[in-house]
Amino acid sequence: MDDLLWIFISTLLVNNFVLAYFLGLCPFLGVSGQLLTSFRLGLATTFVLIITALCAWVLNTYVLIHAPYLRLISFIVVIASTVQFIEMSIKKLSPSLFKSLGIFLPLITTNCAILGLAIFATNRGYGLVEGLVFALGAGAGFTLAMVLMAGIREETEIMDVPVLIRGTAFNLIIAGILSMAFMGFAGLFSST
Amino acid sequence: MATDVSAYEEMIKGLWRDNPVFVQVLGMCPMLAVTNSAINAVVMGLATFFVLVTSSFLVSSFKQWIPKQVRISLYVIIIATFVTVVDYSLLAMLPAIHKELGAFIPLIVANCMILGRQEAFASKHGVKYAVMDAVGMSAGFMIALFSLGAVREILGVGALFGVDLFSANFEPWVIMILPPGGFLTLGLLLLFFNWFTERRRQFLIKVADVDKIAVGVKDNG
Repeated sequence: MDDLLWIFISTLLVNNFVLAYFLGLCPFLGVSGQLLTSFRLGLATTFVLIITALCAWVLNTYVLIHAPYLRLISFIVVIASTVQFIEMSIKKLSPSLFKSLGIFLPLITTNCAILGLAIFATNRGYGLVEGLVFALGAGAGFTLAMVLMAGIREETEIMDVPVLIRGTAFNLIIAGILSMAFMGFAGLFSST
Repeated sequence: MATDVSAYEEMIKGLWRDNPVFVQVLGMCPMLAVTNSAINAVVMGLATFFVLVTSSFLVSSFKQWIPKQVRISLYVIIIATFVTVVDYSLLAMLPAIHKELGAFIPLIVANCMILGRQEAFASKHGVKYAVMDAVGMSAGFMIALFSLGAVREILGVGALFGVDLFSANFEPWVIMILPPGGFLTLGLLLLFFNWFTERRRQFLIKVADVDKIAVGVKDNG
């Protein structure tokens, strides 16, 4: 139990996917303009991450022990098709949920956080439960980073920032400062 | 002759005018994650170079036989195949660097720059142009990776390619090789790039104005 809690807290804060591993930067820099959208995107990503952890575990246990060189290709194909399948079923079963989350799903599949999660979980030899907790922590960490970033960006909209720095350069510098703040959490665990 | 000139242009545009990192802001994940030293940045650049050139070659040669509906999945599978090749080759040839780059070699698949080039360029042009474009784009990517890696290594360790540059009195900026340093350095590099482009644009406008005035004077005279 302690182990699981450790995995969750460490992926949420200390080894935050966005701010420490640079995974999922495209939505982090691109879609973080509005607070509500960012939050929804974060939730949808968490959902896809959990599906990914499941797929990765199944593949690792049953398929890839026989053919490890197919790892990359099978991860991509299986994850993308599973997400697409789930997207279609959500569209059919619950149109309102689809409206708030579904539009992001196909975009998220190409997010490097998804593939990164599958590869990290494999490299660290996580089992099913550990993998799921890892995915939950990563998703929560991604949502946290997105929401913080969107909040800051909404505030800076009304500030008097020179035209030259507006845009990606400015967002990257904000992200740098956020990342510096998150490094403070590194002291939480002495064993990291 | 004319085709040679434009093929050359396709190559050269990736270096500066359409630089994938500074102008299109693509491929950020590997960009930031592996650039804590210059050598890692160069190896990552070479790996991306190989993957982009080979997949552009394959996609543009097979473009007649790739059905429109499943093209993206096919591109991804082609890219993933070459990334697997790179992953295993690096493991065999440079195990130390492979260990350091770790999970970020497989993540080349998710580099949106590579898929972007297949969709936007290789699938619409001939083999020659596609390869030239891929060479230029990945060279531009490599330049960006290298400049970021070099700045971070020089400031964060006081060395370049592992060779010490300063005397023992130099206090390394440890933050530069940690994650925040990546964000800050790239932000500042982008700012510098924007500033430079803007300066150049204003200079060109000024030159054009001077020309116009000169022409006007001539007309009047």
